[in-house]
Formats: sequence, C-alpha cells, structure tokens
Amino acid sequence: MMLTLVGLSRGFLQDQQRRARGIGADIIVKDSGASAMSLGIGFPESFIPFFEKQPHVAMATGALIQPNGPLSTVTGLDLPRFQQMSGTFRFLSGRAFEKPDEVIVDEFYARQHGLKVGDSVTVLNRQWRVSGIFESGKLARLIIPLKTLQDLSGNTGKVVVVYLKLDSPANTQQVIDELKSMPGIAGKFQILSLEELVSQFSVENIPMLKGFIGVVIALGVIVGFLVVFLSMYTAVLERTREIGVLKALGASPGFVLSVLLRETTLLAIIGSAMGIIFTYGTQRLITTFAPGGLLQEIVPDWWPIASGIALGGALLGAAWPGMKAAKQDAIEALSYE
Amino acid sequence: MSEPILSVRDLRKIYRVGDVDVHALRGVDLDVERGEFLSVIGPSGSGKSTLFHILGGLTPPTSGSVKMDGRDLLAMTDRERTNLRKRTVGFVFQKYNLLPTLTARDNIEIARYIAKKDGERDAHFEEVLELLGIAKRLDHKPRALSGGEQQRVAIARGIVNHPAILLADEPTGNLDTENSNAVLGLLRDLNQRLGQTILMITHNPEAAAFGHRIVSMRDGRIVHASAT
Repeated sequence: MMLTLVGLSRGFLQDQQRRARGIGADIIVKDSGASAMSLGIGFPESFIPFFEKQPHVAMATGALIQPNGPLSTVTGLDLPRFQQMSGTFRFLSGRAFEKPDEVIVDEFYARQHGLKVGDSVTVLNRQWRVSGIFESGKLARLIIPLKTLQDLSGNTGKVVVVYLKLDSPANTQQVIDELKSMPGIAGKFQILSLEELVSQFSVENIPMLKGFIGVVIALGVIVGFLVVFLSMYTAVLERTREIGVLKALGASPGFVLSVLLRETTLLAIIGSAMGIIFTYGTQRLITTFAPGGLLQEIVPDWWPIASGIALGGALLGAAWPGMKAAKQDAIEALSYE
Repeated sequence: MSEPILSVRDLRKIYRVGDVDVHALRGVDLDVERGEFLSVIGPSGSGKSTLFHILGGLTPPTSGSVKMDGRDLLAMTDRERTNLRKRTVGFVFQKYNLLPTLTARDNIEIARYIAKKDGERDAHFEEVLELLGIAKRLDHKPRALSGGEQQRVAIARGIVNHPAILLADEPTGNLDTENSNAVLGLLRDLNQRLGQTILMITHNPEAAAFGHRIVSMRDGRIVHASAT
C-alpha cells in the first residue's frame, strides 16, 4: 500500500514535470496566489501583450485551466499561438480543433475513455466532439479553445497562466529580474523559469503531498502493526500446545521468543517482497484501466524504507505476544486444547 | 546397591485455586533405581500427573526433596529446571505432542537442537529408530502417521538426548490395544536393551504390568508398591 501510494504521488509529479517541459516556454507567469497544485484566481488576458512587449520576449500566450473531475483538468488554449511557441502538436489521429465545440485529447485520455476521432465526450457538463488525439507530454490531456473555456467557466477575458518564449533561453534570469522589478508586477504575479516550475513538482515543495505521504506511512505502520500483532497473537494462541512442547523439551523463554521473532522477520521479508511485486501489479492495472488520470512510478528507493517499516512494525507487533508465549507456563500450555 | 537415579522424600505440592489450597501431593517418598522401569498407577486426582510434572521439572515442588541424578530439584532455578528438561529428562505424552508442521525426523531433531546436540546422530540411535520401527517413516509429517507411529516418534524424541530418565504420561492412553501393546513392548525393549530408566504413569493395570515395579497413588500419597 505504502509503495503504491508513494509511487502514485511520484508518478503524478513526474507526469506534471514531463508535461511542463513540453510547453516549450522559458518563463511562466502565474497568479501570485497560485501554487504547484493550484492555479489561483487568474488575471486579465490583457497582460499577455504587456508581457510580449518586454525586451527579449519573443512571444507570449495564455491558458485557462479548470478542474474537470477529481483528478482531471481541462485546459483552454489559443492553439495556433501555443503551437507557434512549443511546436506543433503531433496528432496520432485527427486534427486540431477548428470549431468551439471541438476538443483534442492526449493518447492516455483517449485510451482510458475509449475515445476516437469523431466521438462525443462530456466535459464540463457539455458534449464535445473529439477532433484529434495527440501524443502525450504537451501541457495537458484535454484541450479546448481558450475562448470557449473562458465563456463556459465565467472567466471571460481571463487566463491563469502566461507562457513567455524568449529570443534566447540565456536571457531567462535577466527577463525575470526585470519583470520582478516592475512596480505592481512582483506582488501580483509569480514569475518562474521553466526549471523553477518543474522543481515545484517535488514532494518537498508540496507540503500537502508531503503530509499525505507521512499519513500514508503512518497508516501503513499502524495497519501493519495491528495485522501483525493480531496475527502473532492468534498464532501464539493457536500454538500454545506447541510452545508447551518446546518448553517441555527444554526450550528457554529466549528460545521461544527467538523462534517467534525469526518467524515474524521471515514473514515481514516475504510480505515486503510481495508488496514490491504487488506495486508492479497495481502499475499494470492503472496503466490498463486509468492511464489518463493516474500514473504510478515504481519507487526502488522506497523499497528498503517500506521493508524497514514493515519489519519494525512486525517485530514490535510480535514482541508482546512473543514475550507472553515465552513466559507461558509449560503445564498450562500442554493442557491447552 | 548403587544410589537411586531418582530419590523423592516427603514431596508436597500445594496449588492455590482461588482462595482454596489444593494439596495435590501430601508427602510422597519414592526411589527409582538406575535402569528400572517403574509404573505409577492411580485414579484421576491421585496426584500422579503432579508428580510427573515435578519430576520433569515443569513445575517446582512446594516442599520436600527430589534428587535426580544427584541434583536437587527443589534448589533449582527456572533456568536450571529448563536445562534439566534438555538433557536429564525425556518426555512421552499421552497425546504424542508432536509439532504438526515438522516431519518425524525434524520432531526428533528439534529436541537435539534445543539441547544443542545437533550434528550427526550416533549409530546407536539409528539402531533405536530401527527398533522403534519408524526408520522408514521419518520424512512424514505427524498427520500422515498412525497413532502408534506418532507415539513411537515421540519416544524417539524423548530418548534422543540420552536422558537419565524417561517420563511417560499415559503413553497408551490414545491407542488401541494392539498399538498399546506395541508401544509398551518398545518401552520395555528400550529399558532392557539400553538400560533406559523409565517412569510411566498410567491408570491401566495391564499397562502398568509392563514395568518392573508398580507404585499405586491415591489422594496425593503412595499407598502401595509391588514388584510385577
């Protein structure tokens, strides 16, 4: 469970990073209230020409992003300008949208929802026609015309992010510094280089996710502890007579305890190995059934951590019933039915 | 005459059950000679099982003296009684008490492992296995063995560490007549051929007759002793 959830968190972040890199912009301007996980309330798109007029800025384009379900967003783009900045979308089938009710989706979203060009899809409580399916890795999974999304979401004339392409990436820091020094800009906007944006998609920069992983680990430890504790308690009860036999044969309390702890260690190691194998299974399941919403990474660096937690929890859980068993009276144990 | 391997004097055991003291043994005197096969007979509640548990070092006596192979059980700590069970005393129980997940061989080996005697078994013990008729059944788990075979494995386990005395508690209590006679015959063979000292507790007079001597218990005392 722990490895799957950490893998999901990391998969989500890596997918975000990959798609952020696919934008092709050098600088990203966001609302000052935005974070890696939220986009803020947005700002007027009239800022786009303002940014475009700045020295070294070759072009600027904006986007509006709206939630579309718990793990999905829909992005509104001025597609011709966006493609001018980041390169043409590579369509696996179909073409770019040309009408206000057309949508383009990436290959993962299409696979998960069984979509092909010409199909209808419901987005934001409205029917859309899929005009094209593009290769994944460019900004978003679900893209509709910017103007349409602005009108539909009540954000007419607003964007939540502006992408700036410079005449040379070498000028990135200089442009950022100049923009930040402008009165009224620094307080209203976050101005980030692409690398800064990408670096935001890490566990350390998302306090909620860090907390979430902490809660998952704590739950893993508690659940593991309870399961092992109850299993060991039951095992000790079931083996009362066997423990009595061992004691009759001259087994010391230390011997009985060590047998139980060795067994627990073996179970924890087998359990950890099975947990690791299980993450490959969940990854396959997610890739098969929900490729458009979730991505799970395999996290080998977490294998020793998760195994250590499992082993520690198991040994802790086994210690009390183990000590109880070790101190058990041999005669009572032998007469246990 | 040599010193008895087991010498019991005025042995008393009082259990506290709630607020009541239960006098399980009320002054038992008993000598067991080296190489003797002694049967202790008596009805339920006569104290024979308590005697078995004390002699086996499974519970300490309340008072009296128990000398086994020259060592005083009353003065022993828990650890010393644990060591006594490892090497000086072997057990055979009515319900065989084999570990169900281990093969017959491992059930025997675990006694050696606990006594820290692992390694090659002596050739003499291989002969014992032949004598017990289980040499070809050693790779089977208890559930695949008959009651008689399980009890023979339990006997092998009881003597694998060459104990000074083998304590058998109703060893034929769960067996039919044929298997009972076979097991009792084997105990007698072990006693006669190997000189193994055996103290067998039973409530069956026919089984008791396999011993050299029969001691009868009632109400926590020895009331009669006779040679067979």
